[in-house]
Amino acid sequence: MDAIIIQILNGLDKGSAYALIALGLTLIFGTLGVVNFAHGALFLVGAFVAVTTQRLLKISYEVVDESKKDFLGNPLVVDTPYVHGWFGQATGDAIIDWAVPLSIILAIPVMLFIGFAMERGLIKHFYKRPHADQILVTFGLAIVIGEIVKAFYGANPIQTPAPSALRSTVDFGVWLGYEPNSILYPAWRLVYFFFSAIVIAAVFAFLQFTTFGMVVRAGMADRETVGLLGINIDKRFTIMFGIAAAVAGLAGVMYTPILSPHYNIGMDFLVLSFVVVVVGGMGSLPGAVLAGFMLGILQSFASMNEVKAIIPGIDQIIIYLIAIIVLLTRPRGLMGRKGVMED
Amino acid sequence: MTSSRFTRRGALKAGAIGGAGLAIPTILRADGHTGFTNAPTGSTVKIGFNVPQSGPYAEEGLDELRAQELAVEHLNGIGDGGMLNTFSEKNLDGTGILGKQVEFVTGDTQTKSDVARASAQQMIEREGVIMVNGGSSSGVAIAVQGLCQEAGIIFMAGLTHSNDTTGKDRKANGFRHFFNGFMSGAALGPVLNNAYGGSRRAYHLTADYTWGWTQQESIQAATEAIGWETVENVLTPVGAGDFSSYIAPVMNSGADVLVLNHYGGDMVNSLTQAVEFGLRDRLVDGTQFEVVVPLYSELMAAGAGSNIQGVYGSMNWNWQLPDEGTAAFTRSFGEKYGRPPSGAAHTCYVQTLLYADAVTRAGSFNPCAVAEALEGFEFDGMGNGATTYRAEDHQCFKDVLVMKGAESPTSEFDTLEIVEVTPRAQVEYPEDHPMFAGGDLGACNPGA
Amino acid sequence: MLGLNGKDFRLFLIVCVMALAAPILLNPFPVDGALAQFNAGYPALMQAFAIFGILAIGFNILFGLTGYLSFGHAAFLGAGSYAAVWMYKLFNYNVIFAIPASIIVAGLLSVLIGYVSLRRSGIYFSILTLAFAQMMYAIAYSDLLGRFFGTPITNGETGLQVYNSDPQFLLAEGGLAEPHLFTLNLNNLTKIQFGGWEFTFEVGYYLCAIFLILSFYLSIRIFRSPFGMMLRAVKSNQNRMNYTGLDSKPYMLAAFVISGLYAGLAGGLMAAMDPLTGGERMFWTASGEIVLMSILGGAGTLIGPVLGAGAIKYMEKIVSALNDNILHGWFAWMPDGMENVAVAILHPFVGKGWHLTLGSVFMLVVIFLPGGIVEGGQRIGRLFGRKGATQTPTDATTTPAE
Repeated sequence: MDAIIIQILNGLDKGSAYALIALGLTLIFGTLGVVNFAHGALFLVGAFVAVTTQRLLKISYEVVDESKKDFLGNPLVVDTPYVHGWFGQATGDAIIDWAVPLSIILAIPVMLFIGFAMERGLIKHFYKRPHADQILVTFGLAIVIGEIVKAFYGANPIQTPAPSALRSTVDFGVWLGYEPNSILYPAWRLVYFFFSAIVIAAVFAFLQFTTFGMVVRAGMADRETVGLLGINIDKRFTIMFGIAAAVAGLAGVMYTPILSPHYNIGMDFLVLSFVVVVVGGMGSLPGAVLAGFMLGILQSFASMNEVKAIIPGIDQIIIYLIAIIVLLTRPRGLMGRKGVMED
Repeated sequence: MTSSRFTRRGALKAGAIGGAGLAIPTILRADGHTGFTNAPTGSTVKIGFNVPQSGPYAEEGLDELRAQELAVEHLNGIGDGGMLNTFSEKNLDGTGILGKQVEFVTGDTQTKSDVARASAQQMIEREGVIMVNGGSSSGVAIAVQGLCQEAGIIFMAGLTHSNDTTGKDRKANGFRHFFNGFMSGAALGPVLNNAYGGSRRAYHLTADYTWGWTQQESIQAATEAIGWETVENVLTPVGAGDFSSYIAPVMNSGADVLVLNHYGGDMVNSLTQAVEFGLRDRLVDGTQFEVVVPLYSELMAAGAGSNIQGVYGSMNWNWQLPDEGTAAFTRSFGEKYGRPPSGAAHTCYVQTLLYADAVTRAGSFNPCAVAEALEGFEFDGMGNGATTYRAEDHQCFKDVLVMKGAESPTSEFDTLEIVEVTPRAQVEYPEDHPMFAGGDLGACNPGA
Repeated sequence: MLGLNGKDFRLFLIVCVMALAAPILLNPFPVDGALAQFNAGYPALMQAFAIFGILAIGFNILFGLTGYLSFGHAAFLGAGSYAAVWMYKLFNYNVIFAIPASIIVAGLLSVLIGYVSLRRSGIYFSILTLAFAQMMYAIAYSDLLGRFFGTPITNGETGLQVYNSDPQFLLAEGGLAEPHLFTLNLNNLTKIQFGGWEFTFEVGYYLCAIFLILSFYLSIRIFRSPFGMMLRAVKSNQNRMNYTGLDSKPYMLAAFVISGLYAGLAGGLMAAMDPLTGGERMFWTASGEIVLMSILGGAGTLIGPVLGAGAIKYMEKIVSALNDNILHGWFAWMPDGMENVAVAILHPFVGKGWHLTLGSVFMLVVIFLPGGIVEGGQRIGRLFGRKGATQTPTDATTTPAE
């Protein structure tokens, strides 16, 4: 039983990552009708905002330490971060330690800006263009963003650890009345889950309970009519694009301690996020979230040894197998709306 | 019908004579060729460096490329000569190979077997290379080795650790300087026995492809030989990213050692996540839980950061070795690029020099003559002490390093420390060892 | 002529000439000249042009005509390659076994996948094809089939290749151990010198070229047939078509299978040029590449996809082979400072940065040439006021699929 509980936790954790990315993608897909192949790249940019924050906080001045030698036998150059000088060693280290959560502060404006710029500068011109053109231009953009990241940060994964206070495990079993140490779960993953839940709830609340959200929802349902009512729907859609980018970016920021980011991480998530969105059903935000969690949990279960003993390799194909089954039994995914992207 | 394969250079020369600048088409036929593929005719000779420049191993490929460029400089007499000064053979004098200046071309393998083959093919057909060097995965090495065998040129594999490269997929035109899964197991076994005792229970996570399988098999055999029990071997998809669902079951499996048969980004992620799940702080029936990473590289160590502290693994070579050859290479590399060379870089550097030396000793670029010169070749001064290229399977035998993640690294470069230099005798095996059986070198193919 | 109208026949003739004279046309620069780097007329690249051309033509029959975007076409290519290599392993290296086998296997597979996937349309169809292809990739890459049967079927990451221990029932003693067509070795080549130029004619390339020409001819006939009309009707409005009482499903399935057969042929030819295949051939990026080729060239046009395939393969091989030394060579005529600046600007785009070039080209083309390369060609044609270009061929202006 504890094995199942821990896989449920793993599934919720994976699922929250899938759900966050898919949520952003659905906002763009569902609201703007744009097939955005650069959505993985937004996740990538978010992850590298965290890396950059870490690097910025570590900017150092060099001190030559004569007592030590580097690999060539020259005196060792020791880097001392400026934050040490400004705040003292202990506080400085603590600031660097909290680089990932701190980078959220930076990530929100950066991602909003990138989202606005992308929509105004590029996507706007592609609303009336065929989906094929949208695929080509956004895919090209994704490649360009990936290569730029590679040029600055290399291709190797970069370690971006969680704050040391959150690097330990939580004895989750005790909460459920199990013996101590039977279900240990990494603290950061729980943080990630709750963070995702808050972001998802915030997006839904924003769309559900604000006038702005109401207009956007109306626009999603029938853009032309809303436009005829004299409402400037375009401006709102730009803002929605920015929000979608921010959601993807935040998913990336918070995921870095779980997965060391590298330049290709966006492409790795791209296909998966499309599968999640489509399984959830086109144009349905709850569908995307539901599909994200469902696929995450099923994937975790399929990775269990007991399951793999029955069907070897099932963990490698489960997501696609589920996608096929869902799409064949429910024509528009779990909660899709009729007529969205069906032709 | 006779084969009418041509060498580009041979054709150029013939064309220059026949055409002599006149606009008269000259049709060349199959006679009068040089006897082997891409025989160099001018004052230069071209070799091909086929390394991953995009994809997950791009950084490793870049380091291989740096080392190979350095080797070419040293062969052409530029720079301080590096390992040429410490190499036990003194045939190379900085005037290129057999008096021909060395040029090189590069290709991107993308770490995909068929792309790597296409890239090697392009080098052979279009650029007229006489040898292909490098690579960063066993699948690629095996694929390109097969191609070079067919085309009739020498292939020196880069970073390839699968037993199959010189086992079931060995080829007469291919040589491997790098060590393999079996050698990792043989070196790690006694060290693990000393460090963790002989009654451990190991849980394997294994990358689900050829290299993972052969390494897991080797490590399992080596650890069972010292009395360990293998609890479970779980195959994980390549590039899974999040390994949490594979790591979580380890906790309550009763195992007290986790063996990660992963490489590159997969290893960085699985190790980081194992630490995240608190495995390294865990006590199993009073025994400290341990993690082992059988194959280490500097780039992986850098990616995994502090998570590797105290974790055992093995390496082909490391710049911290005390011998003269290592010091000379590390100095030239470090002065040129500002960082110590990686193990993969060392392999590619050494292979370039060894190839040049073999050509010089053979007195010919003919791949069959070169292969003969390399077979059974014994030398020293290239790091790792006395080294032999075994004739029967073209595997290189030398000392193997057992490494440990450094507890308190002083810089970003000394994240690993050498625990033991395992003497070569301990990692040797007969060429018909069951893990290497089923291979057939075949006959050397000079092409043309 | 040949059942084609005048305009189509002209286009077909152009393709024939281009394909057959490619070794000459693609080598416009003297061998020792500074621009020899840009010559594309060597066998490996020309083969890639032809093979991916076939693949793109086939894909275009589905996507260009019906608008159904398959995101898993690489699966048929990979299946074709595996089938071909298995023929080598079982019989011998004669491609007369390998190529039909690859077409048949890909065809059967496309019937299966097509039948299931075509129950949905739009993005749902795309994701279904993607899911099938990704499953096949995972199965091939980790040889899950082999695990089931207890013997290697796809040989995992190493890739399927022929071993000396394979049965090869029809391989005579000392028989040819390279792909051949009735003992005509596909690797045979002849080089011709003409002044400073050099041209390479390879048997393997001509095999591909002949298949390309046949494929192209068939594609024109399909585009112009009532069947092609029917497919276009699906694209413009499938619902309306269904209301008229026509069942579009058999037509769709036929189009899907035809494009699957094309992909199988391409996969078989790939294995004929190089007798090894790997699972990466089926990965979603490979499927994506086919889609991009088609759109880049001009989806729905006859010649566009072939041009798109050529453009992408050219960048992959030629731009990735450029390096700083070559750049310095080009700009050697500039003053030193300017030379370094020029090299520094171009540096990120060449060699290992060729993906950056690729991405930038995608964006530039789609922003400035909405109809792809074909549209670009037409604009140039109009610019020079060529007669007849003003009345653009009906086919070339077919709007790209939605």
